[in-house]
Amino acid sequence: MLKDFRQSILVSIWFVFLTFPLMVVRVNTTEQLVEWRWMNLVWVAIGSFILSYLWRYMMARQQAREKVADSGIEKQSKVQLLLEDMSFRYKAMAVLLVFALIFPLVFDTYQSTIMISALIYVVLGLGLNITVGLAGLLDLGYVAFFAVGAYAYALLNYHFGLGFWTVLPVGGILGCLFGVILGFPILRLRGDYLAIVTLGFGMIVKIVLENWDDFSFGPSGIANIDRPGLFGIDMNINGSTTYIYYIMVAMVIFTIFVTMRLRNSRIGRAWIALREDEIACVAMGIDMARTKLSAYALGAFWAGMVGVLFAAKTTFINPASFTFMESAIILSIVVLGGMGSILGVILGAFILILLPEYLRAFSEYRMLAFGAAMVLMMIFRPQGIISNIRQKYEYKGLKEETDNG
Amino acid sequence: MDYFLELFLSGLTRGSIYALIALGYTMVYGIIQLINFAHGEIYMIGAFVALIVAGVCTIYGFTGVSVLIIAGIVAVIYASAYGYTLEKIAYRPLRNAPRLSPLISAIGMSIFLQNYVLLAQTPDFLPFPHLIPEFEFMEPIADIVGSAELVIWVTTLVTMILLTLLIKKTKIGKAMRATQQDMSMARLVGINVDRIISLTFVIGSALAAIGGVLVASYIGQVNFYIGFLAGVKAFTAAVLGGIGSIPGAVLGGLVLGWTESFAAGYISSDYEDVFAFGLLVLILILRPAGILGKARKQKV
Amino acid sequence: MRKFTVLLSMTALLLSMAVTGFAADTIKLGVAGPHSGDLAPYGIPAMKAAQLVVKKVNAAGGVLGRQVELLIQDDQCKPEIATNTATKLVTEGVDVVLGHICSGATKAALGIYKDAKIPVMSPSATNPALTQSGNYPNFFRTIASDDMQAKMVVDFAINKLGVKRVAVLHDKGDYGKGFAEFVKKFLEKSGKVKVVLFEGITPGAMDYSSIIQKVRREKADALIFGGYHPEASKLVSQMKRKRMKALFISDDGVKDDSFLKVAGAAANGAYVTGPRDLSSIPLNATAVAEFKAEYGAAPGAFFQEAYSATMALLNAIQQAGSTDYDAVTKALRNNYVETPVGNIKFDSKGDAEGVGFSVYKVENGSFVEMK
Repeated sequence: MLKDFRQSILVSIWFVFLTFPLMVVRVNTTEQLVEWRWMNLVWVAIGSFILSYLWRYMMARQQAREKVADSGIEKQSKVQLLLEDMSFRYKAMAVLLVFALIFPLVFDTYQSTIMISALIYVVLGLGLNITVGLAGLLDLGYVAFFAVGAYAYALLNYHFGLGFWTVLPVGGILGCLFGVILGFPILRLRGDYLAIVTLGFGMIVKIVLENWDDFSFGPSGIANIDRPGLFGIDMNINGSTTYIYYIMVAMVIFTIFVTMRLRNSRIGRAWIALREDEIACVAMGIDMARTKLSAYALGAFWAGMVGVLFAAKTTFINPASFTFMESAIILSIVVLGGMGSILGVILGAFILILLPEYLRAFSEYRMLAFGAAMVLMMIFRPQGIISNIRQKYEYKGLKEETDNG
Repeated sequence: MDYFLELFLSGLTRGSIYALIALGYTMVYGIIQLINFAHGEIYMIGAFVALIVAGVCTIYGFTGVSVLIIAGIVAVIYASAYGYTLEKIAYRPLRNAPRLSPLISAIGMSIFLQNYVLLAQTPDFLPFPHLIPEFEFMEPIADIVGSAELVIWVTTLVTMILLTLLIKKTKIGKAMRATQQDMSMARLVGINVDRIISLTFVIGSALAAIGGVLVASYIGQVNFYIGFLAGVKAFTAAVLGGIGSIPGAVLGGLVLGWTESFAAGYISSDYEDVFAFGLLVLILILRPAGILGKARKQKV
Repeated sequence: MRKFTVLLSMTALLLSMAVTGFAADTIKLGVAGPHSGDLAPYGIPAMKAAQLVVKKVNAAGGVLGRQVELLIQDDQCKPEIATNTATKLVTEGVDVVLGHICSGATKAALGIYKDAKIPVMSPSATNPALTQSGNYPNFFRTIASDDMQAKMVVDFAINKLGVKRVAVLHDKGDYGKGFAEFVKKFLEKSGKVKVVLFEGITPGAMDYSSIIQKVRREKADALIFGGYHPEASKLVSQMKRKRMKALFISDDGVKDDSFLKVAGAAANGAYVTGPRDLSSIPLNATAVAEFKAEYGAAPGAFFQEAYSATMALLNAIQQAGSTDYDAVTKALRNNYVETPVGNIKFDSKGDAEGVGFSVYKVENGSFVEMK
């Protein structure tokens, strides 16, 4: 007890020292004034004292959990067991689907709008999940593909008046193409080298969009992009939001379906093998170049496609929407949700996109809380919210086979 | 030729700062293979603390180089303390976690620190007092090189020499190199690995703070967001030179500084960053481990 | 299923009733702009301006006998977040909106307000198309558009300063590049001036010495910069350090006390445009004093414009006698209102009349109006 107390006092003193210049002193060099906010010091001292107790308690729990995990028995959590249960899965899916369908009827337009944003990020997360989660290729410039899709629709719509549904596949294909363009030069790179090159790629795309006025209209962006049409029916903004919402739900379902099939396909297993060990994988006869390029291309496809929808939803785009922070958020969705796990990525997207929206009540402290939440979630669930369960193929014994044949 | 020289020197200034920050990335990466995304924020905090100290000093009537030195020392102490705490809170619990988890934790920490400074201080740009004097002997060439640039070069050079001595000649340096080569082996021979990792963060942060103070007194302004771009550039420099290699970080920083400077001077500053990243891709295609990086053989 | 539908429609009805019920109690003023992220310095002063005005108005009994309620939303200057904030404000039943700060975010959000019939007034969105395109009848602003500023700068540079070779730089941003492009257009049209350089600089970059050297090599006798004060301070400091004689001319984004503070002595001799001298307007002094009393610092960018916009909006509601869209916009267009930026009303496109613009020269660390 006494030891804990002493430790917390020490932590508290340390943080008082640490935050002293930034929290207490505020200089105003024009007026020649120094403002000393001593009260802040008291808050920091009390706050860090309490938090250190909480921290210690959480860490102890975490360690106890790890010990159980280390003991050799692979214990699946209740959630995972539930997910294994097929009948529960179907029921849950049905409930979710119904909820998704009646959502815009129950809640107001604002709720639908932010839900569309969240769903856009679900698709982005699932797309990046192919590159990062399955194939293990770190990508910090994913937002570039998103920009490609969005600009594809905006420009084709502006110059040729092409409609949403025509451009939707075009955006996806352009995304694919850019995925290959990015993937080609960096086939030989590994791990963190990939990270910086992809980051650079994302920045290059943004800089080009900012500077190449004749092509992209520069930083002032493109306005008055058409919303998706429905047999030429004229819709007001509420109707249109609801319509986009349903398109987005359909797109999410499509994405989930395809990525799920992809993961269990021949190429999906090649990606996982590549992630686990590149050399062993190549030694087994898997074409490294083709596998990597396909991971980039198929990951980028979704970003391109959902980019089209993004442009149609906001009706205005400029390069400011495609910053490095967006890539970081999408990557966080994948890692936070649990790499490789589809359900995890979906949950991750909802948390990371809806959290700041609902944190609006805290207005100024919103991003502070968001950053802290990211760190804490990683510390207490480093494997993500839902860790990916490995596919197991069990030999059920001879009996069934003899029965059948 | 004059024009070339001017661009060369301004590239050198930029490159020196990149190198100072890049060292922090490279040292941390060398030991725990983590891209410390919050490193740019440490640089920003260093600059901010220096600003506060210098501001308080000037208001109470002290001026001149001594203030700059005091501000620099306090900034280095604080930045090191932040680096140390950062590692303890955000990275140490994740030592055995999946490889990308610490990266996300780092991004979260970067957002947190930015907003912490924004809220605790101000969103505005604050003026950093001009503390570097104009040297008399520099006057004839003042339109090419200023005193501030000279101070940056000399400080960077001295810092690099001290760092090299620390790593090559001292016991601590030896322990750091051992930990970098093989962490578990280092532990077996009695090195306190945790302490070495902490120390790496402390040294890296101190270097970033020196860079922060130099930049702040050179360009004369500080706000909570300056760490981001500097961090990205320095990280690029570290990879360019070969991440994990200390001379590589210095070389990478300089090469990046020159590339940007010449690209802006001879071609167009519109695409300055495109050239910087283009060069990076080019070098990595030719040498996948960076200019001075050693390609690690991977065993199955 | 039938029962369910009934239940659903009843809930919806109740919800909508709850919303309208609230709206009757207070007048809701939405405030949207960047309050976090790198552009926060341009959004927070506007938010504080609105808070100050509303505090004062409420203390004096509110508008039409109703209290004014502020709904503050952060859009980070990103178009996609701006549409979310706009929808949120609309569903919360705002009557008028002060914002958004960035032109891009404003453009993205305006469609939503237009559909919901809500007047929007920006203190800072200067993109000409916002008013001149005629697409947004619900949009007003208390700041002059880019092309007007550019015209003024160019006329001044040619006629008063007699420049011959000009380098035009911008910060690649929506505002800065828009301004710079108009400057370039007007300069070339005049036929008297050669534009020797037209380039963007990276905001937040460590230094601009290479581009400064380029300006010198081109022997430009003036540098016109489109962008904000942090970059401008860096540019003038480095020009001074390199002992350059070229004139520095810039826009309203630079006419900020921060520019004087940060650039210090290097700012002397620079020309910037800005709303005409406000020091003779008593209301301006009051507004600034209020800010100083509350926050202990000088107000930041767009403070006066935002203060004026809030006053104009609330005044229009008072004049109109209701929060009805047509009545309020009519009141905005027809009635003059005394504000910190002058006695203003709005033209049919939404630009403010009565906001004078002048060129200032920095002398001994303060802005001096050039008559």
